[in-house]
Amino acid sequence: MAGVAASPGFLMTTVEKSVNWARTRSMWPATFGLACCAIEMMGTGAAHNDLARFGMEVFRASPRQADLMIVAGRVSQKMAPVLRQVYDQMAEPKWVISMGACASTGGMFNNYALVQGVDEVVPVDIYVPGCPPGPQSLMHGILTLQDKIMAGEIQRSTGMF
Amino acid sequence: MSDVTENGDGIAVDDDTQDEQTGLSSSETRRKQHEIWVSGTEERMPFAKATDEGSQELLPRDLDPALDIQRGVVVEDDFVVPERIVDEERQIINMGPQHPSTHGVLRLHMELEGETVRRVKPIIGYLHTGMEKTAETLSYSQGSTNVTRMDYLSPFHNELTFSLATEQLLGLEVPDRASAIRVLMTELNRVASHLLFAATMGMDVGAVSMMIYGWREREVCLDFFEKTTGLRMNHNYIRVGGVAADLPDGWEEQVVALIKKVNDGVDEYEELLNENPVFLDRTLGVGVLTPAEIKQYGITGPVARASGVDWDLRKVAPYCGIDRYDFDVPLGKHGDCFDRYKLRMDEIRQSLRIAEQVLESIPNGDYRNTDPKVTPPPRARIDESMEALIHHFKLFTEGVNVPRGSAYQAVEGPRGEIGAYIVSKGGAKPWRLRWRAPSFAVVQALPAMMTDSLIADIIAALSSTDPVLGDVDR
Amino acid sequence: MGTTDDMPDTAGSEPPEGSGGLRVENEIIAALVQPFDAVDVEERSYASSATTYHAITIPVADWVAFARNARDTGFDTFIDLFAVDHFRDAPRFEVTLNLISMSARERILISTRVPYDDPSVPTLTGVFAGANFYEREAYDLVGIDFPGHPDLTRILMPDDWVGHPLRKDYDIGAVPVQFKAGSSDL
Repeated sequence: MAGVAASPGFLMTTVEKSVNWARTRSMWPATFGLACCAIEMMGTGAAHNDLARFGMEVFRASPRQADLMIVAGRVSQKMAPVLRQVYDQMAEPKWVISMGACASTGGMFNNYALVQGVDEVVPVDIYVPGCPPGPQSLMHGILTLQDKIMAGEIQRSTGMF
Repeated sequence: MSDVTENGDGIAVDDDTQDEQTGLSSSETRRKQHEIWVSGTEERMPFAKATDEGSQELLPRDLDPALDIQRGVVVEDDFVVPERIVDEERQIINMGPQHPSTHGVLRLHMELEGETVRRVKPIIGYLHTGMEKTAETLSYSQGSTNVTRMDYLSPFHNELTFSLATEQLLGLEVPDRASAIRVLMTELNRVASHLLFAATMGMDVGAVSMMIYGWREREVCLDFFEKTTGLRMNHNYIRVGGVAADLPDGWEEQVVALIKKVNDGVDEYEELLNENPVFLDRTLGVGVLTPAEIKQYGITGPVARASGVDWDLRKVAPYCGIDRYDFDVPLGKHGDCFDRYKLRMDEIRQSLRIAEQVLESIPNGDYRNTDPKVTPPPRARIDESMEALIHHFKLFTEGVNVPRGSAYQAVEGPRGEIGAYIVSKGGAKPWRLRWRAPSFAVVQALPAMMTDSLIADIIAALSSTDPVLGDVDR
Repeated sequence: MGTTDDMPDTAGSEPPEGSGGLRVENEIIAALVQPFDAVDVEERSYASSATTYHAITIPVADWVAFARNARDTGFDTFIDLFAVDHFRDAPRFEVTLNLISMSARERILISTRVPYDDPSVPTLTGVFAGANFYEREAYDLVGIDFPGHPDLTRILMPDDWVGHPLRKDYDIGAVPVQFKAGSSDL
């Protein structure tokens, strides 16, 4: 996602900041809950730890309507092409949070069956450690992503890594 | 990923023979038969693979060898919507692994005739983690961490099954307090799991607010788990010989408050759903499983009891002294979705009843067996005693030494019979751990439940059986 | 847990004919194994409990007949079917069937051994409908062939996977972990 835009001047800087602000305050995640981390993700969206207050009002099932993909859980060999396809179907701008140890590095399952880290398949913006990460850890990851977007610039991704 | 043996190959997967006329291999020929909804598109990124599962998917009728299984007519045919045929009008639709209502990464390949489902083939394996193979590389004290992530909604039950199977091999006795703590944690886990079931079933059927309510009470249970074990999920608490730590101070008040809160919450949910006409319309008479199908497919737990099959391992083959406590096992009559839902609500109340009795009658004593060959000694002893130091060293570098043999032990989890079969050839690591997953049998029986009914019904049926794909795929 | 040798000599029945003089205390199990030869029965008990179950070993030629007989005499609930790779203990593979009789409250584990060069066990899908997925899993992960199975394809691994992961000669497939200040050759 790193790209350097040409220096746009004062007016464009304000527009850029407001666009970034709008993007962070209304990110809709795509449901990509796979295993135990999905339960904690659902818990983060529930009433006790409320994700809707950060603008993540709904978890969209269709990737075409989502801009954030939280890969929550272990990605097996059979699931990797599905993951890539769902990622490809999302429209720009899109971000990926790799939630949990299994999504980030393969976790405790260093074996034939799992993709050792989802960043072998999709580009990841934030890694949230934990097994599973509690709702507070996930929210910290989401807020860090919001900071990352606020600090970035408007750009077009080329579609490759 | 090499399959190197001493004297050559293993069994070949697919004898990909070439067809002389078209020049395509047999697997490619099968793939080309699908005209509708092929998942790979023409303009693909160079690193994106198609999601075609080849011969594991639903094939056209004239090619598929397992038609009767997919039509759900193998055991009994209780069909609902009469067939209207015309083959060209039928469509093969994919309800993909990424779907909000499939309770995880289950893929359903269906043949539809309008809104009616005629053939269903569940395709699993999207969460296969190789846990049984991983268990062969972990020692018996590490085994709990691996096993607890299989059925991730009932981690305590998984740990208990593994620990009991290992204790069967060792011939180990567990102190009474440890057994009582095990019962308390597993029964509260059942409560938490059924609350999540109520939340997700409500959401799937349309009562979206149930998702929020169910989690409200579940957080109370998870709070208690966090206080006792340190983690909200996947606890690694029930280990060989007992439990990892004693219950914390003030646990009695917390459990009393929990019981009251969850009972009140379940009262609210039953008020919301039990007589709700929309809920009743969607669940009464839907997804029926007959007792013959239950026995043939090997379904246990609430799904079996909802069909009238009276089998609960807590009553028939009690473990951890659970027969000391007084509780009922609710039984359904019709085997439809509503019975399964109602039964689980009743089971929550019975589990809370058990928790109350544990609260009153928990004995004092050790929270784990203090045999130094199995449990590491307390840290303070290591400074004082040479034997304690040596035992600690042996246990953490090598592991518990388990004699030769094989053992099977099962417990009644929230989804049915969870079983562990451990083959040991001596040493600190199991030779083979076989996990009998309760949801695997249920997923196999989905065609029997779903075919010849409407699409809306299959969502209700699927969510009422409460499958956990971590268990199915391991 | 104990074997039949350790069982006290209580008033058990006379060793039934046709089972090699085996003395089985439990009458139901004795009736079950009675028509078959070359049967080995072991009784085991659960941890800290009085409940027991029986582990029965039969030759592969009797596999379907024994299962059908068991189903017809009350063990009609199918629980599990799986394979174990014993590697250097010939015959290499062991396939086990786990059944329950709800009426008699008994559980049996029926096992058979097949060698490496002919790992095939006749299918039980005609006896128990539930054997379908379980046999596919045993085929996928251990490589046992089940002639007569309607749809013996892979179930947990991708369709074009090569090899059978749960075999003992199949590597765990671990990726070496790189540490910053350490050497990366593992």
